[in-house]
Amino acid sequence: MERSKRQKQRKVLLMGRSGAGKSSMRSIIFSNYVAKDVRRLGATVDVEHSNIRFMGNLMLNLWDCGGQDSFVESYLTNQRSHVFTSVAVLIFVFDISSKEAAADLLGFSSTIRALHEFSPNSKVFVLMHKMDLVPTDQKPRQLQQRSADVRATCIDEGFLDQQVEFWPTSIWDQSLYRAWTQVIYFLVPNASTIESMLRKLGELLDARELILYERTTCLVVTHITRGVEARNPYGDRFERMSSILKTHKHSMAKHTGTMASEVSFAEMQIKTGDFMFFITRLTENTNLAVVMPGDEAAFNAARINVQIARKEFDYLDIAERKGKDLQKQ
Amino acid sequence: SGHRTQNVRRKGNPKLLFMGSRRSGKSSVQKVVFQKLSPADTLFLESTSRIETANMHSFITFESAELPTSIVTAVTAPAPDFDHQAIFSNAGAVIWILDVQDEYLTSITSMIQTAVFLAETYPRINFEVFIHKTDGLSDEYKYETFREVRQRVQDELSDLGHGDRSVSYYQTSIFDHSIFEAMSKVVQKLLPQLPAMEALLNKLCSTCRIQKAYLFDTVSKIYLATDASPSFLRDYEVCSDYVDVIVDIKQIYGWHGQGNSSQEDGGGVGESMVSYDRSGDTYVYAREINNYLSLICVMGRGSSADKRVLIDYNAGILHDALLQIFKV
Ligand SMILES: Nc1nc2c(ncn2[C@@H]2O[C@H](COP(=O)(O)OP(=O)(O)OP(=O)(O)O)[C@@H](O)[C@H]2O)c(=O)[nH]1
Ligand SMILES: Nc1nc2c(ncn2[C@@H]2O[C@H](COP(=O)(O)OP(=O)(O)O)[C@@H](O)[C@H]2O)c(=O)[nH]1
Ligand SMILES: [Mg+2]
Repeated sequence: MERSKRQKQRKVLLMGRSGAGKSSMRSIIFSNYVAKDVRRLGATVDVEHSNIRFMGNLMLNLWDCGGQDSFVESYLTNQRSHVFTSVAVLIFVFDISSKEAAADLLGFSSTIRALHEFSPNSKVFVLMHKMDLVPTDQKPRQLQQRSADVRATCIDEGFLDQQVEFWPTSIWDQSLYRAWTQVIYFLVPNASTIESMLRKLGELLDARELILYERTTCLVVTHITRGVEARNPYGDRFERMSSILKTHKHSMAKHTGTMASEVSFAEMQIKTGDFMFFITRLTENTNLAVVMPGDEAAFNAARINVQIARKEFDYLDIAERKGKDLQKQ
Repeated sequence: SGHRTQNVRRKGNPKLLFMGSRRSGKSSVQKVVFQKLSPADTLFLESTSRIETANMHSFITFESAELPTSIVTAVTAPAPDFDHQAIFSNAGAVIWILDVQDEYLTSITSMIQTAVFLAETYPRINFEVFIHKTDGLSDEYKYETFREVRQRVQDELSDLGHGDRSVSYYQTSIFDHSIFEAMSKVVQKLLPQLPAMEALLNKLCSTCRIQKAYLFDTVSKIYLATDASPSFLRDYEVCSDYVDVIVDIKQIYGWHGQGNSSQEDGGGVGESMVSYDRSGDTYVYAREINNYLSLICVMGRGSSADKRVLIDYNAGILHDALLQIFKV
């Protein structure tokens, strides 16, 4: 418990060759761009930082590192320790459609070498990006081929197999959310505490499913599934929800004439004979989606119970504020 | 299958014919609206050389057909054996697609010839002009072009003695909601139930202080009617996007009841709302009339959630009245 009281600054490097799609994905997930807007982005000069707060005590400190050769050269030489020290996660983006696979791999291997030197315990997420450009029937084979080489490189540079994960992505579908959700899940410091609190709440409400997601990014922090819902045929529903809710946020922003980052969404309800669903704020930075059986009375009780439960979850945010006060003294 | 029994099957299905010059966007419009093709994928469409139809079965069965340019030529310079009966006799509207990102003067000339032909031979067919591909144009340029096209067509029709022929103009693009809004207006004119639906919506809006109400064909996202208050594209957009949210979430979590979820089986009435500011003061309310028809309302300020009971009650009345109108 003590550990969760400290604010966690987690440094995340986003790297890959120029044009691989790093800034595109960052803008969609963190800056409320929609996929077709990314054409407006210019090449990233040097490093662009963003800080995103999750669940009160997790502060994501994202470094989007411009991928042009001259910048990379500098990360690997005079900025080497500055860039690669205390990294929690490296997200490395490969453009799967790239015609220069060998050069891409070479760049990767020098990056990974520097990472191993300064942050040997860090985790590496390799994203095979722009998958939409690969014909469907060739996807598995291409993915497998490219990852095999990359994995071998990681092992060569001293990383353990379980330190490296591979995810196919495209900005045109929810695969992007799937990959980033994995990153967040890895970083949330007290995921298991949150999960057991959610499980208790789920039992109290007799809910079928609870999904906790961060408000601005709509990335799923964690979820629990109960009873019949375990047989839900849509295994990709969590990233689909991220994508649906993100799109909805854009639409609301347009309608109210506000910035997507400022739309404060109060509540959503969907009632059908089969299921009932609502989303409400849980903590300052998170919303909770609740899936209930199609029973009006249980639904109304659940809405009230979530309001009551808010206090318990607030603890996650308050703990962080206490921590801050202590630092000041 | 039994699933489709709620569709309205009658002679009055709106029949739409798309005309225009080559590459003007006829196939794109038809495929984006009725076959849910993603707009970006229209880049790869091949040129159409024969009559191509696209039907959509939803609450309303939409029948649409695209006429290749050869037919346009046949209309403007008819050969004696040209069988226009087969093509036009049961059409409700002809939609002329005018590509404003291209040289469009020749297209206007054949458009006018076609309008004259229709006015003389099939005066009951509505003539609709889509001033198309307006994405990426400045507002000023868009407005100017719109005015210019309308003026020119009107002048020439007058000169030809058809100044009384009513022609409607719309600015459209497949890359935003404008194409759906234009199609909605075209379709509405063909529905005999329109006045009755509008009257019901007006009543609902004034009783419940609703800012704007739409009756959506859920699958196509064409709206079949709206109340008389001024209509803004952004109201339509937010409602249309919200229909997507509901449909998507229902798909994900409605899996247990699939197939037996219609109201006849005693399942609850589908209802949804979203409120989007801290006070909960402005919100969107949605109610399913059946699997293919939904009522979506933008609630204005001051229509706070405690009026929900009133709204639920009145929406219930509207619900029953609509089912009466369509005798579903
Ligand atoms: N087809 C496809 N194109 C993509 C995807 N993601 C990004 N792109 C395109 O790739 C190009 C480069 O994207 P950026 O995000 O600026 O690349 P970057 O990695 O940040 O480049 P640097 O900042 O120079 O390192 C843009 O034209 C994007 O539209 C994707 O998933 N699929
Ligand atoms: N910019 C833009 N391009 C469009 C629009 N609608 C269609 N197009 C493009 O116009 C081209 C021709 O479209 P198509 O539907 O095949 O034309 P048709 O010959 O009239 O059937 C395609 O490349 C479409 O992508 C639009 O609203 N905006
Ligand atoms: Mg960049």
